[in-house]
Amino acid sequence: MAKRVAIVGAGQTHHKSHRLDVNGREMINEAVTRALADCEIAIMDIDAIIIGNMDHFESINYVDTWSVEGSGGVMKPIMKITTGGTTGTSVAIAAYYHVASGLFDRVLAIGWEKNSESDTTAAIVTCSDPVWDRFSYSGAIPSLATEASAYMEQYGATEEDAARVAVRDRTHALNNPYAQMYNRPITIQDVMESSMLAYPIKLLDVCPRTDGACAVVFAAEGSAEKMTPRPAWIKSTAVRHTTTWFGDVDYDTGMLSLQRAAKEAYEKAGINNPAEDFDVAELYLPYSYAGLKWIEALGFCGPGEGPAFVGEGNTDMGGKIPMNPSGGVISTNCIGATALLRVAEAALQIMGKGDKRQVPDVKTALATGFGGCWWSDVIVLTRDKP
Amino acid sequence: MSKTELLAITSGELAMPYEWSIGKYGSRFFQEIREYQRFLGIRCPKCKKVMVPPRRICGPCFQKLDDLVVLSDTGTIMAFSVVNYPFIDPDTGTHRPIPYTYGYINIDGSDNIFSHIINETDLDKIRVGMKVRAVFRQPEEMEGNIKDIKYFDIIT
Repeated sequence: MAKRVAIVGAGQTHHKSHRLDVNGREMINEAVTRALADCEIAIMDIDAIIIGNMDHFESINYVDTWSVEGSGGVMKPIMKITTGGTTGTSVAIAAYYHVASGLFDRVLAIGWEKNSESDTTAAIVTCSDPVWDRFSYSGAIPSLATEASAYMEQYGATEEDAARVAVRDRTHALNNPYAQMYNRPITIQDVMESSMLAYPIKLLDVCPRTDGACAVVFAAEGSAEKMTPRPAWIKSTAVRHTTTWFGDVDYDTGMLSLQRAAKEAYEKAGINNPAEDFDVAELYLPYSYAGLKWIEALGFCGPGEGPAFVGEGNTDMGGKIPMNPSGGVISTNCIGATALLRVAEAALQIMGKGDKRQVPDVKTALATGFGGCWWSDVIVLTRDKP
Repeated sequence: MSKTELLAITSGELAMPYEWSIGKYGSRFFQEIREYQRFLGIRCPKCKKVMVPPRRICGPCFQKLDDLVVLSDTGTIMAFSVVNYPFIDPDTGTHRPIPYTYGYINIDGSDNIFSHIINETDLDKIRVGMKVRAVFRQPEEMEGNIKDIKYFDIIT
């Protein structure tokens, strides 16, 4: 009964810091409409919907039912999945599971967020334990800052090394009209001179807050080939969660969940040398230092080699392994949609629909998701049917 | 048709208090602080790690815990960050005072990290590896929550 599964269509909003012209449902609908149009189907052709966002950002707890008029879920099976930063890859992987099971032929995955509707850090703080962690926890930035300072200490990486990652992503966003930071390039000096949020993280080292949505259509073999000339096949997926307690994470062992997830996904997909085997990578890098350390966890270079690998241009457009042709998370971060955007953008690269951000002749693509407390999703997509 | 003014509504003065159960060992942790001004951990019989605060289950081993371990009031800074940007504290509904230092502290005798506040925001005066000591509220002021620990002072 198990089926091979491909992405056949994807849609996203033009991401902005504030979308006062639409409510959440209407914004979701923009992405859904574009995804359906991309593979030339109607909502009646969708068998089930998986939707997700960050619970506390909009203070709407039953998004699955609340959103049906926008998602197209009226009188359909619809399920909400929310896993923090990884929500977007979780809805993608769940849609993949649904279709791979053979029980559903075409499933729509949706991620969305209206970050403008609440105080993002306050909302993130509610993800921490109310008895022990919430009193001192201050959201994503200081947790990442502690990781960054430890990495700098361990390998001698500099703030300028990290700034190079932010500059790369913002430069790539010049090619992506959907990105919030479209046409807003920055320099290393701009990053260094931006305000210090939590040492060593400065304003231009981190993702913005975004209103936006993304929708992706997954289809089973048999249907997928008929729906689009070049489907993006799911070759492998892997999910790793660490602990509930921030204090139980071992900060000395690197990005363990990403290492483990990558290991499993690569083994299933036959990836032996990531820098050679992948043609493009769309990575959930919420801040610049992740673009150094986490690409080591993904095996693109050895421990401590991130700064040189990025600095030499290997991850730029035209480089050995272009990373984040879309401009990445540093250019757009509508959190519930963010990881799904990685999947959608990786699929667009396989499908040859990347327009100005297209990497030539993509056969194998990598997408990742990240969420706190330090967990990771990895998805490998291929042009060839697995 | 004239240009539409785009409107938004606010939630108003939200007040939605919750009441969270701390559990048996967590409650003991706060009692230990009130009576002896020191920390309490718990040892996993399988991985042998001592964890603070004490909890009933070791996640990685999926093992039930009952071996409480008395610890001191000192520890070592494993990581820290000086928080320098404004945000709303969901516990109070108002801005949390900044700057403050969010610290990961290895309590002496334990094998994990306890997160709390370190009483130093000058980057020139704080480093990973420094020793710290907990400063507690006066016992009569204690409420049985995380704020019974005021902060950690650097002692080296």
